[in-house]
Amino acid sequence: MSHARDAQPAAGSLRGARLPRWFPWAAAAGSVAAGLAVSAAAGLHSDIQWALIAAALFVLGSYAVSAKVEGPRQARDRTATSLVWVAFLLAVVPLASLAWETVEQGVKVLDGYFLSHSMGVVADSEPGGGIYHAILGTLEQVGLATLMSVPVGVLTAVYLVEYGRGRLARAVTFFVDVMTGIPSIVAGLFILSLWILILGMGYSGFAGSMALSILMIPVVVRSTEEMLKLVPNELREASLALGVPKWRTVLKVVLPTSIGGITTGVMLAVARITGETAPVLLLVWGTNFINANPFQDPQASLPMYIYLQYTNGSDAAYDRAWAAALTLIAFIMILNLLARGIARWKAPETGR
Amino acid sequence: MDMTTQQTAPPPLPRPAPRAQRPAARGATRPGDRIFLGLSRGSGVLVLVIMAAIAAFLTYRAVLAISKDEANFLTAFEWNPSGVPPRFGIAVLAFGTVVSSVIAMIIAVPVAVGIALFITHYAPRRLAGPIAYVIDLLAAVPSIIYGLWGALVLVPSLDGLYGWLDQYLGWTGILEWNQGAPRSLFTVGILLAIMILPIITSVSREVFGQVPRMHQEAALALGATRWEVIRMAVLPFGRSGVISASMLGLGRALGETMAVAMVLSPSFDIEASLLDPGGGTFAQNIAGKFNEATEMGRDALIASGLVLFVITLLVNGAARLIIARRKEYSGAGA
Repeated sequence: MSHARDAQPAAGSLRGARLPRWFPWAAAAGSVAAGLAVSAAAGLHSDIQWALIAAALFVLGSYAVSAKVEGPRQARDRTATSLVWVAFLLAVVPLASLAWETVEQGVKVLDGYFLSHSMGVVADSEPGGGIYHAILGTLEQVGLATLMSVPVGVLTAVYLVEYGRGRLARAVTFFVDVMTGIPSIVAGLFILSLWILILGMGYSGFAGSMALSILMIPVVVRSTEEMLKLVPNELREASLALGVPKWRTVLKVVLPTSIGGITTGVMLAVARITGETAPVLLLVWGTNFINANPFQDPQASLPMYIYLQYTNGSDAAYDRAWAAALTLIAFIMILNLLARGIARWKAPETGR
Repeated sequence: MDMTTQQTAPPPLPRPAPRAQRPAARGATRPGDRIFLGLSRGSGVLVLVIMAAIAAFLTYRAVLAISKDEANFLTAFEWNPSGVPPRFGIAVLAFGTVVSSVIAMIIAVPVAVGIALFITHYAPRRLAGPIAYVIDLLAAVPSIIYGLWGALVLVPSLDGLYGWLDQYLGWTGILEWNQGAPRSLFTVGILLAIMILPIITSVSREVFGQVPRMHQEAALALGATRWEVIRMAVLPFGRSGVISASMLGLGRALGETMAVAMVLSPSFDIEASLLDPGGGTFAQNIAGKFNEATEMGRDALIASGLVLFVITLLVNGAARLIIARRKEYSGAGA
């Protein structure tokens, strides 16, 4: 403090000298211009380079100017502010580029034909073909996984919130947490070793959906648990006081009260497993043809389709991969937005 | 059962009270209650069974493979499980997994903390909400799409940066670039950093949002600048939250499969320089080698998967422990 005042004694004011409010913007504009100039002069081609030069110039430049005018404490404050802004912009660029590229490249071949045809008679290196078989496979696998994991997940959450006391409940809580962190490829390997290597079953959509449900159960348990905890105890007590058995209280009072939140959690979980590629790659195997039976023979799936088209490596295949990626991301984003919409719409009642 | 007998049996006069109280006190003896409790407890037990089965079956197949392995499973630099005799080891995979995740953490954690602070303390109020919303949405983007973007957009645009690193930091040896395609562990680290940014940001943001207003206002009242408020009030409060968020991110980075498989050009050597293509990670190796693998090869891949499983368990367990301890001491739910 005293150091700051020594550096810049301000006449007739208790406050030290300040830089004008427009200074950060001017510094940013100046450093971007300088970054562009330097990279043009040095003949650098990459966008990453001038951006990094500009960012470094911005942070160092505002520190230097501020240290001279305002003193070291204000200078450190300004440096922190500029670093935070730079961090934000650095992160926005790749994420925005990801969204932009997916949309821009994806719309090239995405049309009704693409959505309604399979790759059955199309050579991988030629244009044409579509993702109908992959959409069908994904919907069936995710649907089966949801059917298996929602009852287990919701009942486990009911057990933890309504009944759970003692060591069993603590163990379940701990292992649900642990399960959340299982890498998807490990879930795939587990089903592979049990279902395919030991029981001798073939590759099928169902094998994939079992692995997906291992990934989905902990997510459903976590979110349902949070929602059940939000149900006011007075509701349970009122119902029990009327002589309603506990199981009917849970089914008719607790679950209906929290159904909005539970739906949100399930939809977010579905969105998460829809994009899982690794277990599907190990267990469903993939095909270019339409296979509507998830219990027999390899199926296709949207994320795996993207991977297979990518590994094929021709331009037509890249276009199809981008279009499938756009379809997948659109599906997931719609699910997310719907889920969050439901959460917001239901929010006032639970008092969140 | 209990209920019906009690209702039909004529109540003996001397001791009516205990009989009338019993059914009300023991709600769980009604058949509906017993069935429902059984179902929900059964689901809880099923979760435990699944976890035990994962550990058991992976270990079983892994032991089958390792017992036939002629090389040292932990230190060998090769992967030839279907050869005669089978020889394979995880040294390269362990190295690649750790190095790429460490690079990802070095890049992602400071940037994520920066974004979290930006949202909670720097951004204009009207912007903060939407930005947080978009970041949460980005956490839902599947890894296959990050992989596609990484391979087709990020890799081609890294030449300049690689040249730079080679020019100014090449003397270190680990950042030397020999003009190969930038499909190296370093690129994988950058891509993983971008992928785990949203999750670390969103957990850190929640923790920073819980810092008591009074602490911050007290610091401001003492004349602290905004940075000093953050350094003295916000960061100490949020430290354990940031650590556990980082470890959740680390768990994701360690187990990431598709993005790594699409970006890295793998080999079974450890390159001296991080910028040279080569190396591999556990998950990438499984996805890459699975299609051509024989039964022995699959068992070997399962053995490497078991190692990955144990590593992620340890990392996630540590993260949970930190969160749990924080809950105990601060009283604020994480």
